[in-house]
Amino acid sequence: MTTLKTTPLHAAHQRAGAKLVDFAGWEMPLHYGSQMEEHKRVRESAGMFDVSHMQVVDIHGPQAQALLRYLLANDVAKLKTEGRALYSCMLNEAGGVIDDLIVYWTGGDTYRAVVNAATAEGDIAHMQAVAKDFDVNVEPRPEFALIAIQGPQAVEKTLPLLPADLRNAGDLKPFSAVWNDKWFVARTGYTGEDGFEVMLPAEEADGLWEQLKDAGVHPIGLGARDTLRLEAGMNLYGTDMDDQTNPLTANLGWTIALKDAERDFIGRAPIEQSKAEGVKERMVGLVLDGRGVLRGGTRIETEAGDGVVTSGSFAPSLGVSVAFARIPAGVEAEQLHADIRGRKLPVRVVKPVFVRNGEPQIDLPKN
Amino acid sequence: MSEAPKDLKYTKSHEWVRSEADGSVTVGITDHAQELLGDLVFVEAPEAGSTIEAGTACATVESVKAASDIYAPISGEVTAVNEDLADSPEKVNESPFEDGWLFKVEPSDAGQLDALMDADAYAAHVEAES
Repeated sequence: MTTLKTTPLHAAHQRAGAKLVDFAGWEMPLHYGSQMEEHKRVRESAGMFDVSHMQVVDIHGPQAQALLRYLLANDVAKLKTEGRALYSCMLNEAGGVIDDLIVYWTGGDTYRAVVNAATAEGDIAHMQAVAKDFDVNVEPRPEFALIAIQGPQAVEKTLPLLPADLRNAGDLKPFSAVWNDKWFVARTGYTGEDGFEVMLPAEEADGLWEQLKDAGVHPIGLGARDTLRLEAGMNLYGTDMDDQTNPLTANLGWTIALKDAERDFIGRAPIEQSKAEGVKERMVGLVLDGRGVLRGGTRIETEAGDGVVTSGSFAPSLGVSVAFARIPAGVEAEQLHADIRGRKLPVRVVKPVFVRNGEPQIDLPKN
Repeated sequence: MSEAPKDLKYTKSHEWVRSEADGSVTVGITDHAQELLGDLVFVEAPEAGSTIEAGTACATVESVKAASDIYAPISGEVTAVNEDLADSPEKVNESPFEDGWLFKVEPSDAGQLDALMDADAYAAHVEAES
């Protein structure tokens, strides 16, 4: 058995009685009792997530922007204000998704990216390999702990606990950050709710966690993180897309910046080609109004052949099951059928955003 | 450690059986089973009046995490199902041995009960599985 990596908050999870599981080689909390209650707390008040397994990577040097414009499918040249963030895919030569990430412009020729835990090692190796042709440093920053505080009360409960020089974080627009020499506070998240993601020195993480807890912010495990992001319509790497996936078939077309014809980026040619030819599949949202749960791998029947659920779950905020599914591109039907353990159940096709800021974004069945 | 009341019988697939005074039996899933499943969201019990056969799948419980079959611990006719679970499946999590019961059976062969485990044997079985 291999030893699992642990975050600076591991002891805090143990104190809180977390059910710990192996997630991408890290021992992480799945839940602290009830995934359902944790989900609802984030929608109704505030919860906190240990996301220290995600990796911070700083990119700095005279050609930092040039490197990122070549490495990423979205265009960091869109970042005109210091502290602004951009969501992007990093593609391979074939146009498959190596990872999805958030990158902040931290002023001058410095950027900060946050990448997924499972892909971090490969991401950093790839970034550093590509960076050899540029005058730039790609520097992993494993010394940070990351805590996400999410929910309608997340900002008011977190602000008083931030260092005095960062309390202007309350004025941040979504997808923006402020920082000092130790802490970095961004108005970002993975739940569809308001909140912050805070990077701080590992040795200060436990202290902030306990203070947040005293302020009434409950710890939330990876289980609820998954149902929250699914309801919010946010993709999960490794589930909804991977290095074999054309991002245009994963609802990620909006993140691919083709406007500047002069900009070459890794994966541009195959993406432009598939755009010209038309993709064969597209990703939709599904709602199952009946009793049953759509899950990853559930077969979806359409008149043009089978589709498949990439992410599916019971949606605690909605009381029904929702999913993302990849289906044949030409299918326009508003109702399809899911094969759930041999039963054919009708599912509605919707835009894949189910809940935002606590509000359902889909019609719900009347009770 | 999850509890397993002494007065019940148990299956290897984590169902429990309570012998009632009228000769019927009540069936549910154990505390250990609900803990493994996590929050339940749907319970599909067999219909009252249907016949079930020991060892075969007769119901489904579905949690946020996964769907799981429930195996009939005993053969017989289903005489009642717990209607409360349609709206409140979380009762199985909160009270697996009492309010969270699944269905009642009129056994066709009460002798089948002897083949089930007692609480100590079940505790050892759970221990061996983990």
